[in-house]
Amino acid sequence: MATTLDRGIAKDQPVELSTAGTGRRGGVGRVLMYVLLFVIAAFFVLPLVVVVSASLKFSAEIFTDPGILPADPGFENYAALFARAEFLTWFRNSAIVSIFGTFVTLAITSLSAYAFARIDFPFKNLLFGLMITTLVLPSVMFLVPQFKLIGDVGLYDTLPALVLPGLAGVFGVFFMRQFFLGLPVELEEAAYVDGASRLRTFMSVALPLAGPALATLAVITFLAFWNDYLWPQIICQDNCTLPAGLRLLQRQYTGDPGLVMAGATVAAIPVLIFYLVLQRYIVQSVASSGIKG
Amino acid sequence: MSSIAAATGGRPRGGVAGLLNRLAWGSGKDRRRRIGESPITPYLFILPHFAIFSAMVLFPFFLGIWISLHDSTALRDGPFVGLRWYQQLFDPSSFLFPRFWNSVWNTIIFVVISTPLLIGFGLALAVLLNQRLRGRNIFRAVYFVPWTLSVSVVGLTWWWMFNGNAGFVTLFMTDTLGWSPNWLATNPWAWITILIATLWWTIGFNTIILLAGMQAISADLYEAASIDGASKWQQFKSITLPSLRPILLLVITLQVIASFQLVGQPQLMTGGGPPSELGGETAPVLLHVLNTGFGGRRELSLAAAMALIVAAIMIVVSIVNFRLFSSERS
Repeated sequence: MATTLDRGIAKDQPVELSTAGTGRRGGVGRVLMYVLLFVIAAFFVLPLVVVVSASLKFSAEIFTDPGILPADPGFENYAALFARAEFLTWFRNSAIVSIFGTFVTLAITSLSAYAFARIDFPFKNLLFGLMITTLVLPSVMFLVPQFKLIGDVGLYDTLPALVLPGLAGVFGVFFMRQFFLGLPVELEEAAYVDGASRLRTFMSVALPLAGPALATLAVITFLAFWNDYLWPQIICQDNCTLPAGLRLLQRQYTGDPGLVMAGATVAAIPVLIFYLVLQRYIVQSVASSGIKG
Repeated sequence: MSSIAAATGGRPRGGVAGLLNRLAWGSGKDRRRRIGESPITPYLFILPHFAIFSAMVLFPFFLGIWISLHDSTALRDGPFVGLRWYQQLFDPSSFLFPRFWNSVWNTIIFVVISTPLLIGFGLALAVLLNQRLRGRNIFRAVYFVPWTLSVSVVGLTWWWMFNGNAGFVTLFMTDTLGWSPNWLATNPWAWITILIATLWWTIGFNTIILLAGMQAISADLYEAASIDGASKWQQFKSITLPSLRPILLLVITLQVIASFQLVGQPQLMTGGGPPSELGGETAPVLLHVLNTGFGGRRELSLAAAMALIVAAIMIVVSIVNFRLFSSERS
């Protein structure tokens, strides 16, 4: 019983150590549970270790040296990758698209969300309903027309093409609107009484209070842009991002898995560092947002 | 504030409709317009996002239908052909029929097999992490790591793990058992690798959402149950599961939709193979749409028609799914 009463997860501490009613859990059961936890953890970690290990084996080493710890580790694969102009382009594009896309998403969705949360205007419910409706439409049906549209306006294989569909997403508007609705309106009214305009009130009263919500949205948006695979692979040729580029790399170097694994590692490292630093925060963001967007 | 809160917070009836309703019309709190404020102010606030939304979502919605009624490729705009693509895709004697429906069938099989596994294991891990254990936040964090990765990294990771030439699993099995299946190139192994990659990638997401749901359940319920002598299993069945119902519904719906969109794993791991006259034994419908519209002959119109059929199937499945799970409640 005590186990399910537990509320200590936020602090990562066992709440109570009383043994009442937990006899079965003591001793052997407990050890088994930790063994299980570690085995499952190994399932999640081992493939990443194998990938990094493969990336440190140059050329034929990957076939002659099967060990998890490379006999002769080296960064030759990474050097070879970064010597390729196209790989640098993918990396640069990924960085630009993710960072720029995240900032613009935060700016335009919070602006829009604020109006939907705080101002009454004609067609408001109609416009908002329209946006909600598109949320249930599967993204697959937009691939062809978005591709056609981007091609027709001459943006095929460009940076704007990579970022535009992501900016159109409506999740941020819902998410921020829910947050603004939860803010007490009195502060903003005080600003209004002091003569601040609507924009001014938004910028200097509402937005600063929205820090946690904005941070959550930023995390989700950044990951979505950095990891997006489907859209870049159809809209880019030379100007790809890393996920789409990895597919080209795999096609070109099927016989050189070490190089391909180095590419995968490079694509994974920024998000892994990001995750390592903000781990608890990211987990809570996802748990509280519920929807991936 | 969050959808979890919206899903669990005391809104006893209405289900999705209630949730959407609340999202759309708000809580009715202070939203009045200020005296002297220009009527265009709110439109200026929504303009930047709404302009991009209109151009990239609203307009393409209609453009997609329009394209599907023509005979266009990526290279040229073709003539209007009406519903010809739809007729052919639904006509068993058409040469388009078998490949398309084979890929739809592959996808449905994957959805049917993967969803219970992803929900079941997600639930099991959530129960495990809901125990009073030291370091469980660390375990929780570790289980969630793969979800932060791109599907391209996930696909390549398991492509190498199961690779026939010196892949980790292949070597391990050959060393210990003296035998290993040709994982990526023969079935059922190819499907199993795709399933494992998917479990590895997304199970942490389900776990975290379900765990958050479990932690929102009042401890009093368990206390009362244990005083009445209910066993752990009885408590799980009659307290945990019913309380989790709205969140389970959310997770199942998201999972069905996500599984339906399977594409990166087979594309990078099996290439849709092993090959068959129907276009690949592990080719899901999204891969078929991609190959039709953006590979080979780049038949945009045909791909658009396929995508709309798939979207219609997905919407129907989501609605049925919601009806099924939310009606059981009352």
